[in-house]
Amino acid sequence: MHYHKPQTFEDAIKIAATAQGVTRFLAGGTDVLVQLRAGIVTPDTLIDLKLIPGVRDIVREADGGWTIGIAVSGAELGRHAALVAEWPGVVEGMNLVGSTQVQGRATLAGNLCNGSPAADSVPGLVAAGATVSVVGPNGTRKLAVENIPASPGRTHLQPGEIVAAIHLPPRGVNGGDAYLRFIPRTEMDIAVVGCAISLTLDGDKIATARVALGAVAPKVILVAEAAAALIGTTLDDHAVSALQAAATAAAQPITDRRGTVEFRKDVTAVLAARTARIAYARAKGEAK
Amino acid sequence: MSKIHVSAVVNGDPVDFLADPRESLLDCLRDQLGLTGSKEGCGTGDCGACSVTVDGVLVCSCLVLGVEAEGKAIGTVEGISQGSTLHPLQRKFIEHAALQCGFCTPGILVAAKALLDQNASPTETEVRYWLAGNLCRCTGYDKIVRAVMDAASEMREAV
Repeated sequence: MHYHKPQTFEDAIKIAATAQGVTRFLAGGTDVLVQLRAGIVTPDTLIDLKLIPGVRDIVREADGGWTIGIAVSGAELGRHAALVAEWPGVVEGMNLVGSTQVQGRATLAGNLCNGSPAADSVPGLVAAGATVSVVGPNGTRKLAVENIPASPGRTHLQPGEIVAAIHLPPRGVNGGDAYLRFIPRTEMDIAVVGCAISLTLDGDKIATARVALGAVAPKVILVAEAAAALIGTTLDDHAVSALQAAATAAAQPITDRRGTVEFRKDVTAVLAARTARIAYARAKGEAK
Repeated sequence: MSKIHVSAVVNGDPVDFLADPRESLLDCLRDQLGLTGSKEGCGTGDCGACSVTVDGVLVCSCLVLGVEAEGKAIGTVEGISQGSTLHPLQRKFIEHAALQCGFCTPGILVAAKALLDQNASPTETEVRYWLAGNLCRCTGYDKIVRAVMDAASEMREAV
């Protein structure tokens, strides 16, 4: 295995373009090293992206949004008070990934590119309307986060393409987001269902909303019908019921050892209601 | 594939070793540097027996490549005591019988020290969540948590 530590994304792309065999990019390594050790993926070329300047930075953009470097760890994300205040749902999703030790290394970009339908950080990014800069042999393109996952373990990135940064839009005023997942224990487990909601208010009424579900489809899904059930309402009981119905209808889970189809659909409804209430309270400034 | 030369600082001492790029930091610590305190339980980042600090950040050394240690400061269980004087955490683990087989103990000591280094007064809940990535199949955790809380208390009084 050849190990490279390029200083620029351009160099990283060049190395990948000329590499033979299996290439993997390394950020936090909490998936790559597990796959390496288990013999699932043994890269011929490993390209460590952590030494590229800026990849550990969280930057406030001129429009009020944020750019998050691809090597920013979950722990670093959780310590960033301004980001946590604006996008608590995004951060709480990432901070649910693994243990303290894993939080010291694991990254948003890695969690996204690993392609797990149960990735805890991805629904929050999708609900937030986050985008990623993708660099590759054919230049740079910007993609919505929901357009990255393709199926379990697969993404829509082309060979040799790298996620180079994650962008969160400006939070603006009267906005709130939240992420909840269900696991059978209190820590260190994989989501049976995950739900993230981001919304903005106009007075007491929900002006905009995005609802994302994890672990109930081959990839994290954005559910426009569930968002539509919220928009224009004050999150009254009727709106919550409509949200639950839309989210449950969109969920296409499988039965496995973590839960049955029926259980996952039930939990989807419960989590959607709870997540919406937290996001709404945060948008009103009534909850952290 | 030829090995890569790595220079790092382990427990305050400069070290050099040659790492196959596939080797984990855990393997390098144990096999190249003879520091066998860090254990391999699962090799997949679930059990925490291989916990070390890299530039002060608590990580699983099985999820770090040896070549990634270049220029870094590594802290292992071997660096916790001051010579033959045990760290308060180590003494409290003995006093509270917070270990049985001992396989998880080095990782838990490193993890607990990393917690106390940044939070001198953790609540029991904070200790339990912080150590959620350190699995112990013997003690049931209560003795471990008590030992950490007691050590924290003693260390606060000593300041």
